[in-house]
Amino acid sequence: MELDSLYQEVILDHYRHPLHKKLSADFSAQVHHVNPSCGDEITLNVMIKNGLVENVSWEGVGCSISQASTSIAADLMIGKSLKQALTTVDSFSQLMSSKGTEAGDEEVLEDGVALAGVSKFPARIKCALLGWMAFKDAAIQSKV
Amino acid sequence: MTPTFSPAEIRKDFPIFSKTMRGGNRLVYLDNGATSQKPRQVLDAERNFYEQHNAAVHRGAHLLAEEASIAYEDSRGVLAKFLNANDDEVIFTKSATESINALAYSFGNSAPSSRFALKPGDRIVVSELEHHANLIPWQQLAKRTGAELVWFSIDGDGRLDLSNAADLINEKTKIVAITHQSNVLGTIVPLDEIVKCAHNVGAVVVLDACQSAPHFAIDVKKLDIDFLVFSGHKALGPTGIGILWGRSEFLNQMEPFLTGGSMIESATMTDTKWAPSPKRFEAGVPNMAQAVGFAAAITYLNRLGMDNVANHERDLTSYALKKFAELRGVEVIGPKNNKDRGSVISFTMDGIHPHDVGQVLDQYGVAVRTGHHCAWPLMKKLGIVGTTRASFYIYNDEADVDVLIDSVEQAQKYFKV
Repeated sequence: MELDSLYQEVILDHYRHPLHKKLSADFSAQVHHVNPSCGDEITLNVMIKNGLVENVSWEGVGCSISQASTSIAADLMIGKSLKQALTTVDSFSQLMSSKGTEAGDEEVLEDGVALAGVSKFPARIKCALLGWMAFKDAAIQSKV
Repeated sequence: MTPTFSPAEIRKDFPIFSKTMRGGNRLVYLDNGATSQKPRQVLDAERNFYEQHNAAVHRGAHLLAEEASIAYEDSRGVLAKFLNANDDEVIFTKSATESINALAYSFGNSAPSSRFALKPGDRIVVSELEHHANLIPWQQLAKRTGAELVWFSIDGDGRLDLSNAADLINEKTKIVAITHQSNVLGTIVPLDEIVKCAHNVGAVVVLDACQSAPHFAIDVKKLDIDFLVFSGHKALGPTGIGILWGRSEFLNQMEPFLTGGSMIESATMTDTKWAPSPKRFEAGVPNMAQAVGFAAAITYLNRLGMDNVANHERDLTSYALKKFAELRGVEVIGPKNNKDRGSVISFTMDGIHPHDVGQVLDQYGVAVRTGHHCAWPLMKKLGIVGTTRASFYIYNDEADVDVLIDSVEQAQKYFKV
């Protein structure tokens, strides 16, 4: 069924058991992002020190895609250099705009490749990008 | 259901129902609260206007200009009759949203001596049920003028709490802007008391009829309201066309919102005298083909009979509410009985977000709306992030409801809740 390309088991796992979904007390930047058309919202904290992403944590409400994607993004970013992290975000953005033509590089995106199918559902791409864009925003804010 | 009312026959007039949806399924279109589908008669009317009569209305000395003007004004007449209004009281806009903004800006542009002028301390009354279109323009007008925005609350069943009507609508109140039927919950707002309270203090009543006028008969004289808005595209008509109705004695005292061509009585380099309504509020070349298409849509509804439309939707809603009540893990948000409610059913599902519900339903050809339905404050009040909303119209039948219910059960299976 077409739906299975959207809701891969790994996505449903992240949705049911999201990672890093508890806001940390300390952060170098905190952002709040919403999808105004659907009402999904997340608050995301980052701790970036000396060019290293030490921690990412978040809280939010939304559909399985937005919540799973944020969980995947948070887990992926922790421990990366800021530069690597931002390259990874770009790689994921590119996958989301591929209209189903790309599978994604598992070396770079890890569980994130499970979201490749989302790119065939234009209405859901913004759900998948919510956490990633929040991270990018927070990372940029941390630098200043 | 009246024996002559046949959704299956009606569907034959709508080309879109021959489309194959995801999963190879037929279209079960239950997103009528957002927009309706269009019958061939409406598409033909628009095409015929462009092919046979196209010219800028109320300008030009040629045959086409005459025919276009007649077609446009006849369309106004069809709309006026539909609302039991006078022709000069019906203004074509591009949407209901524009209609409400036209009112809000007109009031905001009023001279201080006008009955429509707002000053600090004056009141605008809305309700928690409002769509953003009937909230934000008033909220912003209040900010611009220093007026106070207050609102009716809803009770646990999604009905308007009118117990404090006389307090809310006090002698400071200038405008009461209220929805006729909630786009989220289906609640039909009882207008008698609200209109009485408003008129007792000299306030005007603006009715958002987007969710009501397409679904049951409206008589502006009986309702005793002062202004009404609705859009063509929710009533089988084209996009880009809406209605602003107002009492002519008010319209002719009001400032225009948009100025320019067509809306003047006379103009010099330094000054302008406004034309009377409706021209006063129709600056520029209007959406002519869309107005003609809108009238064709109303003619289609009139042929069915608005009472038959209302009865059909009432029966279908009763059937759907009964089916929903039998589901486990599914809660109808809003009135659970079929009294004073329209054919809109919002629901939430345990463990499945509305977007995911909508996605699974889509796999079965079922088109619904998910999310906050442009009524974010209402969602916050209800303490939910959003709902899945099924909204019915003339071409839906019990088989559509059955597919909806089956798909909801499939979503539960898919997400293992």
